[in-house]
Amino acid sequence: MAKKKSTFLNMVLTLLVITLVASALLGSIYSVTSEPIRMAELAQKNEAIQTVVPPFDNVPSEEVSKLALDGDTLYFYTARIGDSIIGTAVETFTNEGFSGEIKLMVGFRPDGTIIDIAVLSHAETPGLGDKMEKSKSAFSVQFQDKNPESFRLAVKKDRGDVDAITASTISSRAYCDAVQRAYDGYMKVKKEK
Amino acid sequence: MSNLSRMASGTRFGIRCRVQPSSVKALEGKRCREILQIKWCLQTNTMNQWKNFSKGLLKENAVFALFLGLCPTLGVTTSAINGLGMGLATTFVLVMSNLVVSLVKNFIPDKVRIPSFIVIIATFVTIVEMVMKAYVPVLFDALGLFIPLIVVNCIVLGRAEAFASKNGVWSSIVDGAGMGLGFGLALTVLGSVREILGSGSIFGFKFIAGDGMLVFVLAPGAFIALGYLIVLANMLKEKTS
Amino acid sequence: MDKLVVSPSPHIHSEASVPRLMYGVIISLLPALAVSIFYFGIGMIIITSVSIISCILFEYLIQKFILKVRPTHLDGSAFITGLLLAFCLPANTPIWMVMIGALAAIGIGKMTFGGLGNNIFNPALVGRVFLFVSFPVAMTSWPEPGQWMKYADAVTGATPLAIMKEGVASRTVSEIMPEIPGYLQLFLGNMKGSSGEIAAFALLIGMLYMLYRKIITWHIPVSIIGTVFLFTGILWLINPDKFADPLFHILSGGLMLGAIYMATDYVTSPMTVRGMWIYGVGIGVITVLIRIFGAYPEGVQFAILILNAFVPLINKYVKPKRFGKEVKNG
Repeated sequence: MAKKKSTFLNMVLTLLVITLVASALLGSIYSVTSEPIRMAELAQKNEAIQTVVPPFDNVPSEEVSKLALDGDTLYFYTARIGDSIIGTAVETFTNEGFSGEIKLMVGFRPDGTIIDIAVLSHAETPGLGDKMEKSKSAFSVQFQDKNPESFRLAVKKDRGDVDAITASTISSRAYCDAVQRAYDGYMKVKKEK
Repeated sequence: MSNLSRMASGTRFGIRCRVQPSSVKALEGKRCREILQIKWCLQTNTMNQWKNFSKGLLKENAVFALFLGLCPTLGVTTSAINGLGMGLATTFVLVMSNLVVSLVKNFIPDKVRIPSFIVIIATFVTIVEMVMKAYVPVLFDALGLFIPLIVVNCIVLGRAEAFASKNGVWSSIVDGAGMGLGFGLALTVLGSVREILGSGSIFGFKFIAGDGMLVFVLAPGAFIALGYLIVLANMLKEKTS
Repeated sequence: MDKLVVSPSPHIHSEASVPRLMYGVIISLLPALAVSIFYFGIGMIIITSVSIISCILFEYLIQKFILKVRPTHLDGSAFITGLLLAFCLPANTPIWMVMIGALAAIGIGKMTFGGLGNNIFNPALVGRVFLFVSFPVAMTSWPEPGQWMKYADAVTGATPLAIMKEGVASRTVSEIMPEIPGYLQLFLGNMKGSSGEIAAFALLIGMLYMLYRKIITWHIPVSIIGTVFLFTGILWLINPDKFADPLFHILSGGLMLGAIYMATDYVTSPMTVRGMWIYGVGIGVITVLIRIFGAYPEGVQFAILILNAFVPLINKYVKPKRFGKEVKNG
């Protein structure tokens, strides 16, 4: 079969047909995968919430409130059993990391005590800053059951109460910064209520 | 012509057999030799396809010999599983784009062939991205940025332009599979080396407690490991040829 | 590169040979070695001997069995690489880590490029940076000086540069200074740091010896240290609360060791005086940029490696003047 000539009409028609077929294909695949993608993202979020607050019987990812702060947004997910609030998971951030943004999920009791902290995303150096992940070191354990009102969220070098990760003061500082931001935001929202 | 001789001279697997009808005619009646002849013919066919497939594994390996697609190669191979995942995703895109390009090659005017190829490739990459996001979100998190980058991976457009637009469907699929698996093999080997040295584990299975040599998890280690792997691949190539 | 390029005569004859020069360098390193042993005792002896023996051994093994050429492991260059590598490690570095560093220095830094004379980067620094990036925790736990009998169990802490770097984020320089040994202590080497880089005075004695023996010229060390002095001096004048004074910067960290021994490596430094100035100023500027604005407290090792990569370019554009000149339309 002879090759098509590169006339204007031929080129327009070819590209039109190809893009039409491609978009039809992508559209149909999208409609199939959009639901699983949403579910996967939701599951990831709920999993992170589960690790930082006690067991709950509602769906916290559907009870979200937002607070714009420092050029980004904090998200608050309320966990309940029945009608009583048992904890709030705060999705917080910092831009002070060794390599950019760090996102944490911090769980607070209604009185402001930290329940637990999980790292959502970070780009810190492997072997150093990434020890903030719970699976890699016990760094995050020291925050459990501490109330930032009395527990100063700064590394010991900055006259705080936090033991920094060895050789990763910058990452530890950033971590404290993110937790502090979550606490401040949480207290602010509570006051407004 | 008998059925057998027609089979021998017909198109099989996208490559025309080398047996001329006249030479087959001369053999007619000598069934035994004819069968031998056809056997030989089919054998060369599979042998050619094997060659077509296996060239991507070492001799024309995208990473070790052609140095194509080095950005994802260096970027994703922090662990063996990342390398394997990226390799398989690229293989899928390569096979599908080669298949489609070889099917439609005669309908595409020369002047718009590159944009057309890119659209075809981008479509398959987007499909891979959506499917991965939906069903293996963990792998998608690890490969992240590099999945969309398959679109501009030279090896995909390179095979579409250099091979699929000139060859039959079956050959193009075999070529895509060979090139893709060769790419995947290179990424998996590089990922394994970096994971073993950098994290003391392989495919996530930890066999040394604590951290390894972190340089291999970081960018400089990728270059160092790739350099020495290319040396090894060249030595292997010299030995086999 | 299959042509042998011989520069036009006159050729200078001298007694210099590779081993002779190398052993001159080794003699000049002895005062610094003695000071290090004085402060770090048994740990220094262990890492120095392990480093030297492994460098020579790896050079021999690689040349004999992988490259299959006549081994040159006894020409002194591997010995110096081993000695310098030990000098830029903490004195409590585990033995296996020192051996990995020696393998990186000789294997990656030297033999991959074709051995002595062909390496682009200073091998000892390649080994040091390889270890530094690979084992950041071990490589930044510096033993306290004065623990002669302790090796792996030595008490560790941060170097003056690291204390400064951590400190200036939240405090002023004058608040931090009491935590840092005084200038005399810095000059005598009584501080935490890599085993051989601490004693500025011993390194300066070594430099004078090498200048006297004409092993090196003064241009590279002076241009590096001078640039660091000037650059940090300007910053200090602008804001003495945020930037430490220039004397602190040239007495602490690996600047002396780097400027005198690492940057002056024949193979990896420029050939002409003008080239040496460009090279030295470049190293000084990058060192200060990393120390003050970068992520690491010390930057001299990276600065030297970066400028090493520029040496072929510098040599190409800063050529020695030729005798005589072609006259146009002559």
